[in-house]
Amino acid sequence: MQAPSRQLDPMSTLPNIGASSGTEPKTAADAAAKLSADNLNFFYGNFQALHGISMKVYDKRVTAFIGPSGCGKSTFLRTLNRMNETVRHSRVEGEIRLDGENIFRIDVNDVRRRVGMVFQRSNPFPKSIYDNVAYGLRINSSLSRSQLREAVEQSLRRAALWDEVKDKLHQSAYGLSGGQQQRLCIARALAVNPEVLLLDEPCSALDPIATAKIEDLIFQLKDSCTIVIVTHNMQQAARVADFTGFFLMGRLIEFDNTTVIFKTPNRKETEDYVTGRFG
Amino acid sequence: MQAFVKRVRNGDEIAYAITFLCAFAVIAITALLVFELYRNSEPSRVKFGWSFLWTKTWDPVAGEFGALPFIYGTVVTSAFAMILGIPLGVGAAIFLAELAPPRISSGLTFLIELLAAVPSVIIGVLGVFILLPFLRIVQPYIQGALGWTPLFAGPFYGVSLFSAGVVLTIMILPFIISISREVLLSVPNDQREGALALGATRWESTWDVVVPFARKGIVGSIFLALARSLGETMAVTMVVGNDPKISASLFAPGYSIAAVIANEFTEATGDLYQGALIELGLVLFALTIVINGAARILVASTTKRGTS
Repeated sequence: MQAPSRQLDPMSTLPNIGASSGTEPKTAADAAAKLSADNLNFFYGNFQALHGISMKVYDKRVTAFIGPSGCGKSTFLRTLNRMNETVRHSRVEGEIRLDGENIFRIDVNDVRRRVGMVFQRSNPFPKSIYDNVAYGLRINSSLSRSQLREAVEQSLRRAALWDEVKDKLHQSAYGLSGGQQQRLCIARALAVNPEVLLLDEPCSALDPIATAKIEDLIFQLKDSCTIVIVTHNMQQAARVADFTGFFLMGRLIEFDNTTVIFKTPNRKETEDYVTGRFG
Repeated sequence: MQAFVKRVRNGDEIAYAITFLCAFAVIAITALLVFELYRNSEPSRVKFGWSFLWTKTWDPVAGEFGALPFIYGTVVTSAFAMILGIPLGVGAAIFLAELAPPRISSGLTFLIELLAAVPSVIIGVLGVFILLPFLRIVQPYIQGALGWTPLFAGPFYGVSLFSAGVVLTIMILPFIISISREVLLSVPNDQREGALALGATRWESTWDVVVPFARKGIVGSIFLALARSLGETMAVTMVVGNDPKISASLFAPGYSIAAVIANEFTEATGDLYQGALIELGLVLFALTIVINGAARILVASTTKRGTS
């Protein structure tokens, strides 16, 4: 499928080695940084929600953020596609680079198209299944009807939902089960061919079977897409993620290979959290 | 018996009985209303039969009564108000709910809700002293632009179907705006974010996602406005011209059902005259139901499958 008006400079995909920090994972040497945050601060009014976050999200890898509620992991996720700018009286300092380019200098709608997002609660639009998936394509490109149909089918297939909905494409999306709705939202996000997919606790409202389906999906998607997932479920992070970052009180405490974070963390706070001794 | 007393004490039965009575009372009052209208309109119904509905003459002296000019006036003024009021009202609601800063939005909304509380006779007075002189100034320009259609042809004296339509528009706007705004504000934020996350602009997310999500509530506000404009009496009476004629031009004076009942009921002499006015009330009731029903069918048939 042809991505709508995507401009990709091959040179800019080179790994960004400039700001190296002590939290660089060891096995990351073979992967390029897709997104990199540099000393990022975020404020809701006078409240500082993020303190000097610097980290890299590696291309075609799954990165998980864990941490207790209110630790800033969702806030950080939502700065990666500039979604937090819709919050009144919010302010951001520092840089986030997408393929080396500062996202605060790119057109915000372009950033959000290139960095897709799936939310905690599935939020299908009050439209048919087909129109839900087609929406992003309709606003971002001018595909013909047949191209659109093809793209919708492909997106639904990528989200492992096609077989379940192919006979009722023109029925309301609200007729689907919770897990199907969440996969529909993933299909909708995939339709515009994002380079990065942000998942904000995508399974928190789902039963274990639906959760397993989404996790399978994450494995399949990481070949074609960079994935960042925020989760409350540490087993989930351990299962799906290549890299894991642990957030606490608005700070990134530790960022490393998932096995390191869960088996041999370097920081006491991380160890307390992943072993359940926290708070 | 003891079990019954215990259950009653729990309140379920009592709550059921009370709420049932409330609901039943509404239906009973409506039924009684229709029955009384029907009974008291007998002299007119017997004399004119169904032709009452399409007779154009209204001549109390000769004892000739027909409802058509009033039906026409009611339908035309209400239609005019809806055509003008729906885009204005929904547009204002979208601005207040989605685009305006919260402080400005709540301030303006307060003013708009005040407008809804203005008694209709005051609106009528304002219509006579402010709107009519104003319309006399702008009317030549409207006629200059649209005078080639019969709708805007002919002389203009101020009082007219057009003026009544404008007054009705002003009266229904607060309903459409304040209800639609509430409905838009109650659309979950994840709908907006869902669209924005796909690269939609703020306007695209508002128009493509938020407004369709709120569609039912917005349509509900429009129905309420329609009911209000069909039945509005005082303000219409003061600016419509009170002339039982059917003219193609909106600039000509007209009359409405509610207005003629208010104006002539106290001076209606004789059973036939009074019966004709009461039958007009029955017609207005039926008209409200028919127009509301037709509008609902129209909405249902244009609602695409898959929408909420």
